[in-house]
Amino acid sequence: MSLFDLRLQEIHNRFARKELSVSELVACSFDRIRQVEEKVRAFLTLDEEQARARAAELDKQLSDGGPRGLLFGLPGGIKDNIVTEGLRTTCASKFLANYEPIYNATVVERLNSAQSVTIGKLNMDEFAMGGSNENSAFHPTYNPWNTEYVPGGSSGGSAAAVAAGEVYFALGSDTGGSIRQPAAYCGVVGLKPTYGLVSRFGLVAFASSLDQIGPLTKSVEDAAYVLQAIAGHDPLDSTSARVDIPDYISALSGDVKGLRIGVPKEYVGEGVAPQVREAVFAALRELERLGAEWEEISLPHTRYAVATYYLVASSEASSNLARFDGVRYGVRADNPDNLIDLYRKSRSEGFGSEVKRRIMLGTYALSSGYYDAYYLKAQKVRTLIKRDFDKAFEKFDVIVGPTTPTTAFKIGEQVNDPLTMYLNDILTIPVNLAGIPAISVPCGLVDGLPVGLQIIGKAFDETTVLRVAHAFEQHTEHHKLRPQL
Amino acid sequence: MSTVTDTKYETVIGLEVHVELHTKTKIFCGCPTSFGAPPNTNTCPICLGHPGVLPVLNRKAVEYAMKAAMALNCRIASVSKFDRKNYFYPDLPKAYQISQYDKPIGEHGWIDIEVNGETKRIGITRLHLEEDAGKLTHVDGGFASLVDFNRVGTPLIEIVSEPDIRSPEEARAYLEKLRAIMQYCEVSDVKMEEGSLRCDANISLRPYGQKQFGAKVELKNMNSFRGVQRALEYEVLRQADVLDEGGRVVQETRRWDEAKGVTVSMRSKEEAHDYRYFPDPDLVQVVIDDEWKARVKATIPELPDARKTRYTAEYGLPAYDAGVITSSKKLADLFEDSLNYTKDAKAVSNWIMGELLGYLNANNLEIDDVNVTGKGLGELLGLIEKGTISNKIAKAVFKDMLATGKSPQQIVEEQGLVQISDESAILEIVDRVIANNPQSVADFKAGKEKAIGFLVGQVMKETKGRANPGLVNRLMLERLKH
Repeated sequence: MSLFDLRLQEIHNRFARKELSVSELVACSFDRIRQVEEKVRAFLTLDEEQARARAAELDKQLSDGGPRGLLFGLPGGIKDNIVTEGLRTTCASKFLANYEPIYNATVVERLNSAQSVTIGKLNMDEFAMGGSNENSAFHPTYNPWNTEYVPGGSSGGSAAAVAAGEVYFALGSDTGGSIRQPAAYCGVVGLKPTYGLVSRFGLVAFASSLDQIGPLTKSVEDAAYVLQAIAGHDPLDSTSARVDIPDYISALSGDVKGLRIGVPKEYVGEGVAPQVREAVFAALRELERLGAEWEEISLPHTRYAVATYYLVASSEASSNLARFDGVRYGVRADNPDNLIDLYRKSRSEGFGSEVKRRIMLGTYALSSGYYDAYYLKAQKVRTLIKRDFDKAFEKFDVIVGPTTPTTAFKIGEQVNDPLTMYLNDILTIPVNLAGIPAISVPCGLVDGLPVGLQIIGKAFDETTVLRVAHAFEQHTEHHKLRPQL
Repeated sequence: MSTVTDTKYETVIGLEVHVELHTKTKIFCGCPTSFGAPPNTNTCPICLGHPGVLPVLNRKAVEYAMKAAMALNCRIASVSKFDRKNYFYPDLPKAYQISQYDKPIGEHGWIDIEVNGETKRIGITRLHLEEDAGKLTHVDGGFASLVDFNRVGTPLIEIVSEPDIRSPEEARAYLEKLRAIMQYCEVSDVKMEEGSLRCDANISLRPYGQKQFGAKVELKNMNSFRGVQRALEYEVLRQADVLDEGGRVVQETRRWDEAKGVTVSMRSKEEAHDYRYFPDPDLVQVVIDDEWKARVKATIPELPDARKTRYTAEYGLPAYDAGVITSSKKLADLFEDSLNYTKDAKAVSNWIMGELLGYLNANNLEIDDVNVTGKGLGELLGLIEKGTISNKIAKAVFKDMLATGKSPQQIVEEQGLVQISDESAILEIVDRVIANNPQSVADFKAGKEKAIGFLVGQVMKETKGRANPGLVNRLMLERLKH
């Protein structure tokens, strides 16, 4: 058994009893990376020297008996679209292959305050655009359960690193499912918080109105700890909410008696693999056994979600990614003829094809004459999708369904079929459009590949989402399964 | 070629004026806005547009914009928002400018201007808030361009007028009034040379009586009020010539070439940008409630029109003089401050209109460039009233004051300029002058009254202008008539 299979409290107890040092725990991370990274390839940058120095520093604090942060000594990985001062941050793009940020993201500052140890930066789809990690400009990441399969994306490196036991926890970002979908594919817990709960300052923007940072962990309890450390108002993010942050850890009571669950028929119908559906219904029966009630509901605008998402997200992306112009940082094309040529060449050379596709899509949707038909219409549909949820939450505490219609697919299988690839996100996208929280927890294996159960909650009601996920987890064995690497 | 006074076509002008707000910090980050810092020193990851940064709105910038909008009689929005204006340029780090598209801070305002003694109301379509871009410098020979991002993120207001302006002269009057109002509100330095006030102009011609507007030309790159007026005058003639020859004015953007005194085509309508405006998802709506509006409204001081009315009513200044003095806050403040030291408002006005403005014009200076205070001017006039110095000496003293910043007393003492009012001393000199100029004395006695002027002048010359001129006149007359 790996040290990473210990509960966080047990690790901290061992620290306190001097049975374990932070340096040993961090060494455990790098030992595991040396064993399996060749097969998984979850990392883009390792920061071993800094991590070991930080561990030694924390060990000294430990022996001095100073106060311990919430994530004291825990080795964590950070998705490579979250900026880290002085540590290369590439967004898995050639454009930023040489980019060293000059500041820290707010979440990185908060991890520092919580005293975790950063192991390195994790692979992803370029600029978080994709669901398989095949869009990384550097190399794909492989699913630890079967390395012929994708780990999902865009936070594929984060999910794979946690699943492979390379880090204790990871941060990812979720714009249309980019935390939950890879969490489902890799058999780990992935939480997308309510929009505005976690600061976006320092998250390289893909779609500003949808992006949200969240944890990927091996247990719901760990997710609650990481969320506790990173949530809360940030004066540097105007969209960050001024809400009181509850105690997420003590909310994990294991009790779901009387809980009302809505199961959207659109989430378990056509297009969802029968075995995935079966795993979800098994989970619902388990929750029922624990005292919850569920019934089928309808979220009628679900079928418009993917189209709406690709208009809103791409429109925002086309503007957000315009700053990558080759003038101030990142790649600059050699010998341009003139200014326009500098832009054209730098961007043509720097961006991959999926990024270009979305920039073009978004540019088109915002263009004069098309704005009303595309962007504005999409915003209106977004409101309708949100209303579906509002209505459902009048009657239900949580909404439950599969995280993805299928389990992970084979590497290369969908590369040339972007539309099919986009449809993998059909069950996660509506949550981002509505700005509400959702978690994916493991609920079984199909042909040796994990299935994710998605639990969706009301805005800022992470406590209920975590409580339900935790109750389910504690009464099942799925989360204890480990991939054989 | 047509002339400006042609009556065939009616000129239609609308102005877009950008004013930099002099908040302490930038609109979306904490960097200082100070002018003249070494290149790229007033910058941070946010205004440099680094990956991952987010804007946070400077509340003060909103209040300055509200104040300016209120002073321009605009209706203030209850809900305002920010939009992204997307375009690529090296001075724009994010490749979009955060601006306001459909919910500006203020709309439907107006100001009154005066041209040829007549008052005319010019409508203000809108006033919105946005961020400034950086500054590009092209190295000689064109092998490189340098960019300074200090100015990026300086808050700007854009003030768009209705197409109510009918001549280049009105355009200039509008700009002068706008500048004065901004000065009074103390929201900006409004210096066109430093770029804290910038103006683009839209101009079209149409036959008199026609309702429909003609094809519009946008003029850019004017660096002074005079430049705006000249560019518009040039464009009136150019467009009239095109129309006279049966041609059609091309809708386009033209650049004013100050050195050559002509406008040249920059880009046509077909090449115009599609800015792809959309609401900035990084910012939340600005909700402006009545209480906030009232609080800002209370900070607006007496504006130029009100002061002008008061100066004519309270001090009896001619409307023209009151207009000139109130056209600049500095002048108006100087006027009022002087009245703490002298009661003679008309004299103060005359000195400002004549000596001060004359001096500034002659030396190509701005009021900011000279050391003049109400105390100094008021005390100078006091010295004249008391007879300590003559009016003529006072003029010389005033120039010295402007150049050195010294007080009038100090200059008078240092240079021994105290007026000679001692009768016996002056009489002595009068007698000497009469003795030395028998011809002039004879001329006077023969009825040439003007000859006394020469004789008095001789006395003034001998005393280096210090003799009390009234006294000299009286004594000279007494002696000559004996």
